[in-house]
Amino acid sequence: MKKTPLYEAHLRHGGRMVEFAGYALPVQYTSIREEHLSVRRGAGLFDVSHMGEFLIRGPEALAFLQWATANDAAKLKVGRAQYSMLPNARGGVVDDIYLYRLAEEEYLMVVNAANIAKDLAHLQGLARGFQVELADVSEATALLALQGPKAAELLQGLTDTDLATKRKNDVWQAKVVGKPARLARTGYTGEDGFELFLAPEDAEAVFAALVEAGATPCGLGARDTLRLEAGFPLYGHELTDATNPLCTPWAWVVKREKPFFGKEAMLASTCRERLIGLVLEAGIPREGYPVRSGEERVGRVTSGGYSPLLEKGIALAYVEEGASEPFYVEVRGKPVGASLSPLPFVPLK
Amino acid sequence: MDIPKDRFYTKTHEWALPEGDTVLVGITDYAQDALGDVVYVELPEVGRKVEKGEAVAVVESVKTASDIYAPVAGEVVEVNAALEKTPELINQDPYGEGWIFRIRPAQMGDLDDLLDAAGYQEVLESEA
Repeated sequence: MKKTPLYEAHLRHGGRMVEFAGYALPVQYTSIREEHLSVRRGAGLFDVSHMGEFLIRGPEALAFLQWATANDAAKLKVGRAQYSMLPNARGGVVDDIYLYRLAEEEYLMVVNAANIAKDLAHLQGLARGFQVELADVSEATALLALQGPKAAELLQGLTDTDLATKRKNDVWQAKVVGKPARLARTGYTGEDGFELFLAPEDAEAVFAALVEAGATPCGLGARDTLRLEAGFPLYGHELTDATNPLCTPWAWVVKREKPFFGKEAMLASTCRERLIGLVLEAGIPREGYPVRSGEERVGRVTSGGYSPLLEKGIALAYVEEGASEPFYVEVRGKPVGASLSPLPFVPLK
Repeated sequence: MDIPKDRFYTKTHEWALPEGDTVLVGITDYAQDALGDVVYVELPEVGRKVEKGEAVAVVESVKTASDIYAPVAGEVVEVNAALEKTPELINQDPYGEGWIFRIRPAQMGDLDDLLDAAGYQEVLESEA
């Protein structure tokens, strides 16, 4: 199992280590519920160094990214970031990604840890014929996420940037406790917050300073409950190689007015399923539980869990196009009433 | 981990406390700690006849769902209804307020097949 630069720090903070995408990472330190609420009400700190990072440089970097990604990369000014997807030849999704424009001809792509090798091979294939250089810098990058309504206030005391001048999806170079850091006002929790790209050797000092300043260390458990409550997809669950993103709530990512790899296949396929949010009357839905409309099985839960804010079980589920209420989730074989919920499940800023 | 000496244990981390002709059942401190925040408990129906080792209740934490097995054969005579509103009692007081159900064993002697505190301690050490 691979270790992130913060492995020892996790053990010191009592992190319960589990394997995730080949890395030893804490699933929780004290309590998933408390860590979750610290992000909704204060500031939580995550080690997400397992995420993959690719640097994409060259005179045709933009042209390449326009071809390889579904969102409109041309809209990105230097110092800005966007959520996007890598479509495959069948119109499915190789991965969902975050794209940061660092300079005129330089971009940083953050990809899911489990997909690093697959994404790299896919992008290298597409890059033939473009004047572009692709480098996997995952191992040379530590990544922290500081998230929550108090994140800005907390980080302001440790950085030279005036954070009031920075908006959601900005990315810039700064110093944090004297260490060089690339900061971005991005995250995966539905809260205001920052992601800090660091040299591995600086990660411990920055992590320690943020905890000292009041950030609550948070594990993968809270990361998952937070993104679920926020109604964000997790690759391998809501998005897969076979998922047409146009049939999901994230269809807005796909910009049909521009050419991109896989576009024809994506537009040609019809949606047989749609993704919905469900709130259960009782119990906790888990991945794979069947969803019924009345007596008939019409779908399945792709992500399920407990919402600490609603204090209820919530689920993202794919159901057949046209399936209608009343919905039930089969919990250990027994149908439990589930009401349709808009996404996000909770009001977020 | 706290392991009171006044009761019996199973390898699957239930405890069984004899009270008169009944046995109170819950999960151990180790089990609640491993599960993390308990957020839902599915309780059995009172009157249900159960075999030893049968899944009788389900404890759901944020992370996962875990079956709770009957430590002895018998009849469920009471359930801890307080867990419906406050499932976190299992985390806060696993050996007391966090009890899950009460069984009237078919034979009280079946308790002798269970582990004592020292035996359960050995189970934990072998799992560590």
